[in-house]
Amino acid sequence: MTDTASTVIPVHRPTADESARNIRKRYNANRRLQFFGLAAIGVALLALATLLTSIIGNGWSAFQQTNIALEISFEKSRVDPRGDLSADSLRAGDYRALVRDALRAEFPDVTSRGDRRKLNDLLSPGAHYELQDMVMDDPSLVGQTITVWLPVDDEIDMLQKGYFEIDGDRFSEQLGGWIRKLSDAGKLEKKFNTRFFTTGDSREPELAGVWGAAVGSFLTLIVTLAVAFPVGVLAAVYLEEFAPKNRSTDLIEVNINNLAAVPSIVFGLLGLAVFIQVAHLPRSAPVVGGLTLALMTLPTLIIASRAALKAVPPSIREAALGLGASPVQAMFHHTLPLAMPGILTGTIIGMAQALGETAPLLMIGMVAFIVDIPGNPLDAATVLPVQIYLWADSPERAFVEKTSAAIMVLLGFLVLMNGVAVLLRKRFERRW
Amino acid sequence: MSEIQTRTADAPAVEQAAAVPDPKLTATDLDVFYGQKQALFGIRLGIPANQVTSFIGPSGCGKSTFLRCLNRMNDTIEGCRVEGTITLDDQDIYDRKIDVVQLRARIGMVFQKPNPFPKSIFDNVAYGPRIHGLSRDRTELEEIVHVSLEKAGLLKEVKDRLEEPGTGLSGGQQQRLCIARAIAVSPEVILMDEPCSALDPIATAKIEELIDELRSNFTIVIVTHSMQQAARVSQRTAFFHLGELVEWGETPQIFTSPSDPRTQDYITGRIG
Repeated sequence: MTDTASTVIPVHRPTADESARNIRKRYNANRRLQFFGLAAIGVALLALATLLTSIIGNGWSAFQQTNIALEISFEKSRVDPRGDLSADSLRAGDYRALVRDALRAEFPDVTSRGDRRKLNDLLSPGAHYELQDMVMDDPSLVGQTITVWLPVDDEIDMLQKGYFEIDGDRFSEQLGGWIRKLSDAGKLEKKFNTRFFTTGDSREPELAGVWGAAVGSFLTLIVTLAVAFPVGVLAAVYLEEFAPKNRSTDLIEVNINNLAAVPSIVFGLLGLAVFIQVAHLPRSAPVVGGLTLALMTLPTLIIASRAALKAVPPSIREAALGLGASPVQAMFHHTLPLAMPGILTGTIIGMAQALGETAPLLMIGMVAFIVDIPGNPLDAATVLPVQIYLWADSPERAFVEKTSAAIMVLLGFLVLMNGVAVLLRKRFERRW
Repeated sequence: MSEIQTRTADAPAVEQAAAVPDPKLTATDLDVFYGQKQALFGIRLGIPANQVTSFIGPSGCGKSTFLRCLNRMNDTIEGCRVEGTITLDDQDIYDRKIDVVQLRARIGMVFQKPNPFPKSIFDNVAYGPRIHGLSRDRTELEEIVHVSLEKAGLLKEVKDRLEEPGTGLSGGQQQRLCIARAIAVSPEVILMDEPCSALDPIATAKIEELIDELRSNFTIVIVTHSMQQAARVSQRTAFFHLGELVEWGETPQIFTSPSDPRTQDYITGRIG
């Protein structure tokens, strides 16, 4: 206190030159950081743009399908063999012959057996099922003659969309002539492909739809959410608030953190062993897929929920306890609602992960070829990413565009889910 | 009952306790440990009803710890152990039969930092009565909220915006809201842990005025860093140092003629 010199701290005062150099260095570092940041964002945007252009460029044409207009006369003798208009009788009608006759009527000059067979190749092999569905829905059609737009074969569709050419080899000039004739008569048109959004999978690309997989994904995610959310949040609440801090809870914590890093296919094996082989739940069913994905999502959800609970100021909890709220009341009246936005963010990350997951679902049979649209979580189903995988694996050219279109549907699904999460989060945040 | 207790005990602090007529809260030989570390050493203290008792002392002296023992808020701290007894109206609050939730309804607390719930002003005050079932219908609840806000001197300022968030008020208003919230459950004792340390002098003056008014209905215990505040608002003062209760008594006596040299040093600013 008496020695004034001792309060002087021995710093080196930089000269004006050094000072200027330091400032320049600092400014340069700032600029470099900004540049790297911008570059990183630029690269990310470029990658995103490339991805989107490639997917949309490949997939947009799948939203259209070439259809052919045919004059179909629903003769009672062929459509309703028993003559009582019952569903059984209508189902037994010979719709294939109706379609073929109508097609032949368009080309009266094609007479040889071989040519007629080639003519049939114009149409989708499943076209007559559409007629069957029409009549089953509306039996009053029997006896009428109407113009119906039916899907053409996928190869012809690809031809019309310009992916193939009439080369005289695979696609004969004769075929080209037929197509030109139909086009000129306005009987060949590209229409919005409602089938893609309403049907399940098919071996015929022109009939294959994404709806079955979308419903499968939806059911699977509902099961995942219904299991993972309450279990995850309650586990987090218990660990954060009520669990004694000792060796066993430490062990549990370490295990949860490790489980979050376990490859997803391992959860698939677990699901196979537990839910199918032990519990005998149906194979390929969304309920098993959902449970398996719930196991996979739980660690993520617990970690995120605990972080969100920890981030709530302890003063709020103390205030509630000080007023005589029990720990459970303090948790459910105050801490948990305040942590909800964070918990929802964690949930949506987990759900998005589950939505895009393929590997564990392969293990429990959700990779099967399933045409029917699942009605409940116990029906056999597939999910969007598996559907994408299946189509990407198919040799037909027409499945290329279907694959990209299905990716678009998957991304749309994801955006929708995130939108719902953002809305929910807003709602909780508005409670200050 | 308390008289019998104080007479049988022989330590000087307890003899002082006998000087407190009809103590609301009495601590006897209270030791508090955080894990291995002992934070309080054999505290003996009586807190009289309908008076303001202030705890003063340097940081880390254990005054807040002692305050939090009085409504068992220390129960929520991991590794905290309390030995000895604290009685509220001759009832041991650390008795196994005592329900902590009930106890905290009788001994309310106001914290250092204003901590209103992120809910409306009305819901903040109504929360305590709601969880304890203190009103039979909405009208009664509204009555409780209005009277509590009135007593906390806040009603005039917030009358027209009871549905607005409590977190939107100024710091001083928030603290008065916290006081209103604490008195809404009609406790017998209100513990205040440095209630003005986060407030400006004007808001502090308002709170001090309020404390003086509340004295007629409640027993108030206040921890403060400001000796002036202790002198202004309290009738009794206890001085804590390094986990020990050094000296306590009537506030004027503590500030004018302290008997312990440590108290002397603290109030004259030589330690702390």
